[in-house]
Amino acid sequence: MLSTLLPEFKIERDDSRCIRCKVCVRQCGFKTHRYDEEDDTICSSEENCVGCQRCAVMCPTNALTIKPHDWGYRPNANWSKDHFRELHRQAESGGVILTGSGNDKPYRIYWDHIVLNASQVTNPSIDPLREPMELRTYLGRKPEKVEYDPVNKKVYADMPPQVMIEVPIIFSALSYGAISYNAWKALLMAAKEAGTLCNTGEGGWPVELRGYSNRVIAQCASGRFGVDLDYLNSASIVEIKIGQGAKPGIGGHLPGEKVSSDVSLTRMIPEGTDALSPAPQHDIYSIEDLSMLIYALKEATHYEKPISVKIAAVHNAAAIASGMVRAGADIIAIDGIRGGTGAAPKIIRDNVGIPVELALASVDKRLREEGIRNQASILVAGGFRNSGDIIKAIALGADAVYIGTAALVAMGCTICQKCYTGICNWGICTQDPYLSKRLNPEIAKRRLVNMIRGWSLEIKEMLGGMGINAIESLRGNRHHLRGVGLEQWELDVLGIKGAGM
Amino acid sequence: MKNLSQISNPFNDDKVIANCGLFGMMSLEKNTFSGSDIIKAIANMRVRGNGLGGGFAAYGIYPDYADLYAFHIMFQSRSAKEQTESFLEGSFKIVAKEEVPHRYAIGVSDPPLVWRYFVETPKGVSDEYADDYVVEKVMIINTKIDDSFVFSSGKDMGVFKGVGHPEDIGNYFCLEDYSAYIWVSHSRFPTNTQAWWGGAHPFSILDWTVVHNGEISSYGTNRNFLEMRGYYCTMHTDTEVMAYAVDLLIRRHRLPVDIAAKIMAAPLWTEIDQIDDEEEKQQLTMLRQVYSGLLINGPFTVIIAHQGEMIGLGDRVRLRPLVAGIKDDMLYLSSEEAPMKLIRPDLEYTWIPKGGEPIIGKLDTKEVIYQNKPVQVGVNKDAVNIAA
Repeated sequence: MLSTLLPEFKIERDDSRCIRCKVCVRQCGFKTHRYDEEDDTICSSEENCVGCQRCAVMCPTNALTIKPHDWGYRPNANWSKDHFRELHRQAESGGVILTGSGNDKPYRIYWDHIVLNASQVTNPSIDPLREPMELRTYLGRKPEKVEYDPVNKKVYADMPPQVMIEVPIIFSALSYGAISYNAWKALLMAAKEAGTLCNTGEGGWPVELRGYSNRVIAQCASGRFGVDLDYLNSASIVEIKIGQGAKPGIGGHLPGEKVSSDVSLTRMIPEGTDALSPAPQHDIYSIEDLSMLIYALKEATHYEKPISVKIAAVHNAAAIASGMVRAGADIIAIDGIRGGTGAAPKIIRDNVGIPVELALASVDKRLREEGIRNQASILVAGGFRNSGDIIKAIALGADAVYIGTAALVAMGCTICQKCYTGICNWGICTQDPYLSKRLNPEIAKRRLVNMIRGWSLEIKEMLGGMGINAIESLRGNRHHLRGVGLEQWELDVLGIKGAGM
Repeated sequence: MKNLSQISNPFNDDKVIANCGLFGMMSLEKNTFSGSDIIKAIANMRVRGNGLGGGFAAYGIYPDYADLYAFHIMFQSRSAKEQTESFLEGSFKIVAKEEVPHRYAIGVSDPPLVWRYFVETPKGVSDEYADDYVVEKVMIINTKIDDSFVFSSGKDMGVFKGVGHPEDIGNYFCLEDYSAYIWVSHSRFPTNTQAWWGGAHPFSILDWTVVHNGEISSYGTNRNFLEMRGYYCTMHTDTEVMAYAVDLLIRRHRLPVDIAAKIMAAPLWTEIDQIDDEEEKQQLTMLRQVYSGLLINGPFTVIIAHQGEMIGLGDRVRLRPLVAGIKDDMLYLSSEEAPMKLIRPDLEYTWIPKGGEPIIGKLDTKEVIYQNKPVQVGVNKDAVNIAA
């Protein structure tokens, strides 16, 4: 069948600069560039190009420019390029369109409509270069109060397990299998060095990396890949994954192409088979079932680790979250509509779920109204791009945030959205040894730690500006937020005033 | 329900912003003295206020009725007084009542009626439950009966406050005629113009009073924490949050003052990390974990008093002033040193306490506790960091 698809990207090669070094040929895992020995020219098959910019970055003479293709179709406000392209592909294949990364549709990004406060006159701002500024956070269920024993002058509490993070930024669930061994290892190392945590995702935890660090959240997802007692007990926190922001209502998809022998060993599945997690956890069809799994995991880990439950942000997130806390979850994680994925049906990624800002605001409020906010920490995920987004999330009520895409970008990802193909020219989202060895774990770790450090410094500056010297005094403190350009219903859901009020 | 925030916070700001001057004095021997000195002292800090609020708390002023709850209530209308009195009659046995004596004074305009009632709880209310019963009734008067507001409701103590400079308010209420062993005073500088007598300090519930100087940047977080535990912050002021935090920690959770101070002005993590004693480290960590929502962030100094104790506490990085002084049986706490010297020229020992370290004057042991040990004036001068 003749393909009616036009290329997505246009490749311009400045021939006067090209020295025929063939770096671009070797760098492209999608086989876009080809050297013709007879003519001593490099030809490019634009239909293969994903726009990841690897060749352009690596070209020693900057001979390459990769741009989105300017198609000549008649402009149409209803039928965009994406609609054309996807429908043509489906007409050719009869399949479900897959994609990777987070939702790229222009849903309102509330972070960009919220502004922060700063102290003036009545309250001094605090200079973090000269004064202490605290970002340390403890995750886990907190008791209602402490008891005082007047005889020996000590306080007591039946304290559930707590996990300390030095910064309220955690690496989100990125499974080994979806990302390369080197990328996964870099996250593990960076979490340890930055005093935070990384989440295994649902792909297990390579045995040889277990002794290295326990700064890990071990995920227990519907496929139960790689889950055994040692896996659970090696971690600091265990997380039950109910849903993912990029694909609420469906399970994980790891194409067989990415199930290498090492991945197969870690996931405990045959090599080369698709790792398809069931849509629901088949032992959780209701809230009481969730409670049983939470307590099964608490038993398995001797009540020494907080149990987190992660859901996708959906319409009734507040009521669901309340039920989760009552079912025994020590941490609830909410992943919004802009959360990333290694592979998901595009139609689901683009259309299902709600923005995490709104879900967070309503969950925090509901837990407070029900008097159970202290019983669980709230983690939020889904599209955090910088420290400004993060500090706003904390003021809306989050204890800490998960960053996935931002961590990948720090390692070099350019969000080309081809994670599901198994090919990643940056060596991040692939199991092809030729590609994955491009990512040096030490350098990737350094880049991740640098990002956390830079964001921490920025958060301290913003906190100090608000006259606050401990992050906990901003948590849920929505008085420090104002909305710009929002409708009244949006302000009401966010629980903030409009700017100037 | 009446909307107190509309009275107290007419512009619907996030909260009412006010900055202030504080003064407190206590006899550790329970010697009583008149209000003349404290009026003189607070007047000396006139620039710390702007005439939009002044007030006093006095302990030990009603020895004849020492076992009865003394309600000081302000009314802005006759009908409010009638309604409140009928509510009080239904809830308590009123042993005595009278208008709080006052005189016409320069600087005090449009005063409300202020009456006092000495009441006992009905027979069915056990001693253990009596305080909670009183709190509940005070909340009803404050939130449901229009034009009525309870200044104070403790035993053998009272709050006198209003709109004006504190020395004018003190003069208005004839405070030179009262004898108390603890006096606390407050001079207010709100940034909003508003003239509501209930909004002046001290804030009080039962015999607890709080005077406060500061702006709490953690207000929203603290308020969430308290609202989850049944306190309704109807007046949108920092001090209200302070008063409820003290009530929750000390009365309801039964924590001693020094531990409450470690919650509201928590030691820094870097300080906790350096503690060698593992148990102490674990204790302080636990307090920060459980009560992270009650860390009072931003600048503040408070003087908290109740029967038998007066406590001074500043924020952990000392963004508002507090000076302490001791002479004979007297403990002084103040925003500035000068007023102490004004009323006690022979005062020798004054010091500036560390941020987050409470100074506690205790009647039972006749001691002043600072940094967990009694201050021994003249013995270990260095221990109190003499500033004089």
